[in-house]
This record gives sequence, C-alpha cells and structure tokens, in this order.
Amino acid sequence: MIAERWLNLAVLAGLLGVAVWARIADQPFTITLTTRAVILALAAVGLNIALGLGGLVSLGHAVFFGLGGYAMGILAFHVQTYTPLEIGPISIAGSTSMPVIWLTAIALSSLAALGIGLLSLRTSGAYFIMITLAFGQMFYYFAISWNRYGGEDGLSIYVRNGFPGLNTLIPFQFFGICFALLCLVLLIGDRLARSPFGLALNAARQVPVRVETVGLSPFRLKLVAFVISGAVTGLAGALFADLNRFVSPTMFSWQLSGELIVLVILGGVGRLIGPVVGAVLFVALEHLLGGLTDHWHVFLGLILLVIVLFARGGIVGLLSRRRLGDG
Amino acid sequence: MADPVLSTDGLTKRFGALTASDGISLDVRPGEIHAVIGPNGAGKSTLIHQICGGLRPDHGRVHLLGQDVTALNTAARARAGLGRTFQISALAMEDSVLQNAMLGALGRSGRPWRFFGRALGDADLRARAEDCLARVGLADHLHARTATLSHGQRRQLEVAVALTLEPRIFIMDEPMAGLGSDGSAKLTRFLDRLREEAPILLVEHDMDAVFALADRVSVLVYGRVIATGTVAEIRSSAEVREAYLGEEG
Repeated sequence: MIAERWLNLAVLAGLLGVAVWARIADQPFTITLTTRAVILALAAVGLNIALGLGGLVSLGHAVFFGLGGYAMGILAFHVQTYTPLEIGPISIAGSTSMPVIWLTAIALSSLAALGIGLLSLRTSGAYFIMITLAFGQMFYYFAISWNRYGGEDGLSIYVRNGFPGLNTLIPFQFFGICFALLCLVLLIGDRLARSPFGLALNAARQVPVRVETVGLSPFRLKLVAFVISGAVTGLAGALFADLNRFVSPTMFSWQLSGELIVLVILGGVGRLIGPVVGAVLFVALEHLLGGLTDHWHVFLGLILLVIVLFARGGIVGLLSRRRLGDG
Repeated sequence: MADPVLSTDGLTKRFGALTASDGISLDVRPGEIHAVIGPNGAGKSTLIHQICGGLRPDHGRVHLLGQDVTALNTAARARAGLGRTFQISALAMEDSVLQNAMLGALGRSGRPWRFFGRALGDADLRARAEDCLARVGLADHLHARTATLSHGQRRQLEVAVALTLEPRIFIMDEPMAGLGSDGSAKLTRFLDRLREEAPILLVEHDMDAVFALADRVSVLVYGRVIATGTVAEIRSSAEVREAYLGEEG
C-alpha cells in the first residue's frame, strides 16, 4: 500500500514522462495518444465530482462534453468561413483563441448543468439516471438535425485554435496545455473535497436527512456540485474537439456518457486520481488491443467486471488505502 | 408562566384510513423535559416528523419560539432552532467522528459555500465540534471512522451533532434505544443537566429514564394525547394505566 498522495504524483509524472519521452524519440502519435488520455481524464475528473463526491450517477455527461465541443466548433467555424455568428441582434466574428473558447465552453456547460440539475435532482436513483440520459438524447438528436453546423457529419476545423505564446499545432505544446489544465483541475478538485462545501456534499451523498437536520439543503449542495462537474467536462469537450479538429454529434452520445462512468469506476469512484488512471487504462487498451481486434471492448468489459466484483475502490483503491479524517 | 418554546396545535395526519395523529396539542416550556410515551404504533414517529418538518400535517400548526413554522422545511426549522436526534443513527459512516460533528457546526455557521479552505482547518468550527464531542465523551475518538464506533458511541455522536447546532430546543427520538443500563444511566444524567441549556421533547421507551427525567409526560395512544401531567399524575392515572402502563406490567 502506498500513500494516495504519492500515487497521485506518480500517475501524473508517468503521463508527463511518456509525453517527454515521445517528444525526444520523435513519436508525435504517442504524444497525441497521451493527450487523448489526458483530455478523457479531465472529462472523467469532472464526472467524478458529481459521481464520487455527490453520489450522482449521471448518464448525461456527454451533454457537457458535446457542448464544449460545439462551443469550439461553432466559434472556429465562423472564423474559418468568414461568416459572422449572429445571436439575436448581436453579431460576432467567432473566435480561434483557446481561452475564449474555453470560457464559452465552461459557461455553456455550467448553464446546461444548472438547468438539467434543477429538473433531475428532484429525483434520485434510477429516475435520476433516466432523466440525465433523456437530456443527453435530446442534445444528441438536436445536433444531428442542426444542419447549419454539419448535422450528422459534424464540423471539421482545419487549423487548431491558438493559445497566446504557444504553437498549438506542435503536439507536445498542445499536450502541455491539456496536461496543465488537468493538473489545475485536479488541484481544485482536491481542495474542493476538503473544503467546507466538500464536507457538506460528502455528507449529503451518504445521509441527506442528516444534512437537512443541521439546516443545510442537500438539493442545493448537489446542484452546485453538478454545475462544477458539468463545467469541467465541458472544458474537456472543447479540448477534445481541438485535439481532433473535428466535432460531431457522437460527442453527445450516451455511449460517451457511459464510457466516462466506466473510466471513473475503473480508476476508483471518489478517488482524486481515479478517473486519470481509468482514462489511461482505457486509451492504452483501445490502442494496444484495438490494433489486434475490433472487439477490444470485450476485454475492457472483463476488466470492468473484475473491478466491480472484487475491487470496489477501483485500481486506485487496490493500490492505496483511503486515509480518513485528514479531510 | 413562560411562553412555550415549542407548541403543536391540533396536529392531525391521516394515512388512508389510519389516523396517525389525531388533534395533538402539546407544548414544551423553557427548562423542561417533556416526555412523550406510548405503545408501539401510537404515532410517536409521525408526531416527530411533523414537528421537525419531514411530514406536513393535514391540519394543525407547529409554533417554534412564537413563530409559525408549519410551512417551513426541515432545514429551515433546524436553522430556526430545532435540534433533532434520530432513533436510528443518521451519521456519515464513511467519515470520521470529527467530520460528523463539524457538519453540525458548519450547518450552525450557515456558511457552507466555501470551496477552498480546509474544513478541518477552520478553527471556529473545529473548536465547536471538539467541544461538543468532549461533552458527550468522544474526545478520544475524534479521528475514528464512524462505521467503527459501537452502537453506544454512535448514540453519543448523535447527541454531539445536535449540541453543535446550539438549538433552542432538542427533539430526541428514543436516545436510549439499544443502550445498556450503564449507558442509559449516563445519558440520563447528561440530559438532566442539558435541560438548562434548552428544553427537550423526549420520545422514549425506557420508563426508568422517563420517570427520572420528565417534568411533564404526555401519553399518546392511537394518535391521541390521552393525558398530560407530571410523572406522579401520570403514574396514578387510571386511564393511562389501562391504556398503556398496565400492559407493560
């Protein structure tokens, strides 16, 4: 057993190490693969705030991932086609600046999370799962029918968006941006879990009736957690679209929502680094086994089965015992 | 006579054909322990739920410190001064003893929307939580995981969480349940002193504790209060004997 803190650092150092090695060995594809793992990890870290801390099994997090993706796609599309983006009376040129796109993605996905949360958090258990799923499907079918932005075919963006002072077309530099954002969000997530809000949210997941009895509202606590969670997953969606330079309705699909849950469960629900471990394993399996067989998901399923049956704390839970009372 | 801290006025609650509360009027005055006793199924839990906000009565009002709180939810009533303990411990089992008590202190502070500082690093909250844990005798178990506590210790923690709220009145649902005779005696002494801080509405099956503690007793049978009075009055009431005490010999 190792202390969770060291495990967290080791996982991040490992990710960085792989990218640096690939940079030195001139393996751009490996850097891109690592970047993909980092971005999926970020999306799953977002989900873990709702799922791990708040106990909210959301089968609709693809909504936020997709909104982030389309925020990037739409803003960049208008610059690429030299057509202004008209929202009511306002007309803007679009944007190819990553920070602007990120903020838009975060704003849109938190707003969506607020609306979805307000409605779905009135239910719990299977009903909550079904309502979030239904929202996901609504967004998915809307995107398919939205021909202005490619409909089912999606949108291709030819040039990756820019970040001041960096050349984002160089894989290692784009990796650096994604990795830095992941570290930042992990840091925030860690602080959040230990904060007064985290303490109350943690209790609201376990015994909502107790939280009410001390004068707090479990509904509001979970709603705020859901919004933060959606914002993080939305940011990941914008990065994912930039990685592929492509957005399509599949970013809204319920399979994606399901995959995010799988990443969190593989790594360890409620564990800070759990989603990162899950994402790395997922991308590694996808790459290594995906080259051998199209049916690589079978192996993923087997691993998931073993984890759920024998290691409820996920891989992180196997490697490191949870410390208690250090809040 | 001082104004009551808590009063119910004709609380009535029906579940289908069953009348679980039938016009219950009772009050709790400053400094007193008012015990509610009654056989199983008499409607004690339904009464507590209506007082604490978990159930809305069909008719009747609940007043707390002169304010009508009938329309308020559980959280708002807690903020208004109700401190409740549960019959079956409702604690965050994965968390430490200290974290459970800090939750109460956090609720009391009314400032849960702080996302960065460490909760356990908040000196005010922590002092309040540790103080209340020490009072119930859990000072040596601050960092124990709540799931590892004995039944009796969980009961103590229940009381400690209510203490952190500094309520204007305690609503205690069978605090003695499952405690051994030693535990009951200790808790009885503790509650005896606690009434000076805030009055207690005590729902309890342990008759020794009730007769030792209560200033007044209300007897609930089939959702109705059939008698309210001092311990001596209740013990000598023929109606109460017939309806309740007699059954227990």
